[in-house]
Amino acid sequence: MSDDVDIDVEYLTRVEGHGNIEVNAKNGEIEKCEWQVVEAPRFFESLVVDRDWTELHHITSRICGICSIGHTLTSLKATEDAMDIEVSEQDEKLRKLALHAENMQSHVLHVGYLALPDLMDSKSVVPLTESHEKEVKTVIRLHRLANRMSDMITGRTTHPQRLIPGGFSKIPTENELMELKNKLEGSFNDLTAVANLLKKLESKIPNFQRETEYISLTHDDEFALYGGDICSSDTGKTPSEDYLDITNEYTVPQSTAKYTKNNRESYMVGALARLNNNYDQLSPMAKGVAEKFDFDPLVCNPFMNNIAQVVEVVHSVEDSISIIEDLLESGLEKQEEYNSPDIEPKAGRGVGAVEVPRGILFHDYTYDENGKCTEANCVIPTNQNHGNIQLDMEKLAPKIIDQPEEKVKTQLSMLVRAYDPCISCSTHDLNIKFVE
Amino acid sequence: MKPQTKPKVAFFDFAGCEGDQLQVANLEEKLLDLLEIVEPVSFREVMTEHSDDYDIAFIEGSVTRNHDVERLRKIRENAETVVAIGSCATIGGVNSIRNRQNFKKVKERVYGEDGDMYEAWDKAKGIDAVIEVDYKVHGCPIDRDEFLHVVRSLVMGREPNIPDYPVCVECKLNENVCAFERDEFCVGPVTRAGCDSCCVNQGTICWGCRGLVDDPNEEAHQEVLEEYGLTAEEVMKKFDLYFTWQKEVREDE
Repeated sequence: MSDDVDIDVEYLTRVEGHGNIEVNAKNGEIEKCEWQVVEAPRFFESLVVDRDWTELHHITSRICGICSIGHTLTSLKATEDAMDIEVSEQDEKLRKLALHAENMQSHVLHVGYLALPDLMDSKSVVPLTESHEKEVKTVIRLHRLANRMSDMITGRTTHPQRLIPGGFSKIPTENELMELKNKLEGSFNDLTAVANLLKKLESKIPNFQRETEYISLTHDDEFALYGGDICSSDTGKTPSEDYLDITNEYTVPQSTAKYTKNNRESYMVGALARLNNNYDQLSPMAKGVAEKFDFDPLVCNPFMNNIAQVVEVVHSVEDSISIIEDLLESGLEKQEEYNSPDIEPKAGRGVGAVEVPRGILFHDYTYDENGKCTEANCVIPTNQNHGNIQLDMEKLAPKIIDQPEEKVKTQLSMLVRAYDPCISCSTHDLNIKFVE
Repeated sequence: MKPQTKPKVAFFDFAGCEGDQLQVANLEEKLLDLLEIVEPVSFREVMTEHSDDYDIAFIEGSVTRNHDVERLRKIRENAETVVAIGSCATIGGVNSIRNRQNFKKVKERVYGEDGDMYEAWDKAKGIDAVIEVDYKVHGCPIDRDEFLHVVRSLVMGREPNIPDYPVCVECKLNENVCAFERDEFCVGPVTRAGCDSCCVNQGTICWGCRGLVDDPNEEAHQEVLEEYGLTAEEVMKKFDLYFTWQKEVREDE
């Protein structure tokens, strides 16, 4: 232990994208404590300018490999809003299945492959493949199920193909949906095993509290993912087209990603925010898992975001089963092969707002009368969390700074990791520094 | 056959969406088989462990700034074999759409008046703009089986087989209705195959993510082009979501 600490984590590991953590302390007093986002800027809001309305979802899907379905859907919703394009009830249900598949895939990847090693005192999942083969195989099975579901609904696991303006180029068959439903029902044992494993490791989750503002979508009829109004735990509901009133983006020198704030200096989005705002609408089994961890909103420990992600995986499985039952009960309406909805492009502005794995995502496009994009704005969940990560770090660091440097480093890294930051999405990067 | 000593492999990423590294995680159980033949020593996205002692480097993402050049050169020095994975690394990918845009405007559109706060080149490029690349696994994202094929080939000391014929060849084998027949525009005739025409199979078009065949004027699918009265140049000109940087390189040659 030393009174002078200089932590410099360059390129934080086990997160998507590049970020650094820099903490300096002298005589036990923190002099600098900074979360830095250093990802190379990718300029998506410019890439789409002058492109045709039929290409935007394809381009913006590439903002993020992990949440490419979420970006595609948000993009489509913005285009559809701008051009008043109708989407059938059946296609909306299928899109909700696509979103559940991605939520499951992303959360299982994050909790199982990236966060779990911290709780099991391992530096990565690689050694666990030998020491805890059974647990790793459970995680793999759930991950595979989610990916097969994406394949079946969207035609691919990453950068979906079938999702197009106005609907789908191709839809699954009833038999495929039936088979998917059976597989989802067959996953309950694995889901329970993961929840039980985390329950056993619960004491390893740091007990850190900092109340903040939680922002997510909310919807009267369901646990909001595909759409709804914006809901703040501080200021209540706002229509999603007025998102600029909530996000208030600004730039900071230590980050190539933009930051956001609403009612306080920062807010949090993601699974924990969704649970805090919409807890009562979770599916029964998901609520059961939340109760195991005494989840009682507002939950103000950001490390609990990982548990909230597991709860959401269970919700996504249960809700997917009920969506498939609905679809099968009414009978799947067939569509033409190589379906391409008849759409006349028109000028206008549209906003799409969707809850994607890491939180609320906005795409906002303006088109000219030929359907060429003239202006675009994308506000990414991780951007909205950067400010909150910074403030959490400023509160956590002084509490733990007298511990051995390695421990400080691990806990600060775990804090950032708990947010499951998707840094290339947000620009956009992570890196930690410690000084002796 | 299990090699005596496993080659050490490392993964690195530059400007991209990390969707290609995700395909490695998406190998699911096959990932465990892969760990039998190679030893990952650096993979920031999933491992905290790190070593600069590796044989094969897999690199995702485009090169877009001076800082990247230093990192790439170091990787090249450390690795015996460098494999570019995914369109951003192999051909600049969608990142290079901006190469044709006015860079001042590009920065303004994203960061407003703070556009000059961040370092970036006015062009995004494939990594072979800066270092020698031994093999390319194309695609956006890469195809998991093709990636496994390349890794296995390298471990066995064989040349990986990367197609140099257009997507139309695979698309016809899959008996798809041609996109041109459906009044859609498609870059399958000039795009490198190896994807099993996966996008057309799902009811859409070929967007060109695997980049151009080595020589589009010679190797493009003439039958499709002639049937619809097109030339390879016209196809490349009309729709170039992925080809911008590749075309710049061709023009320079």
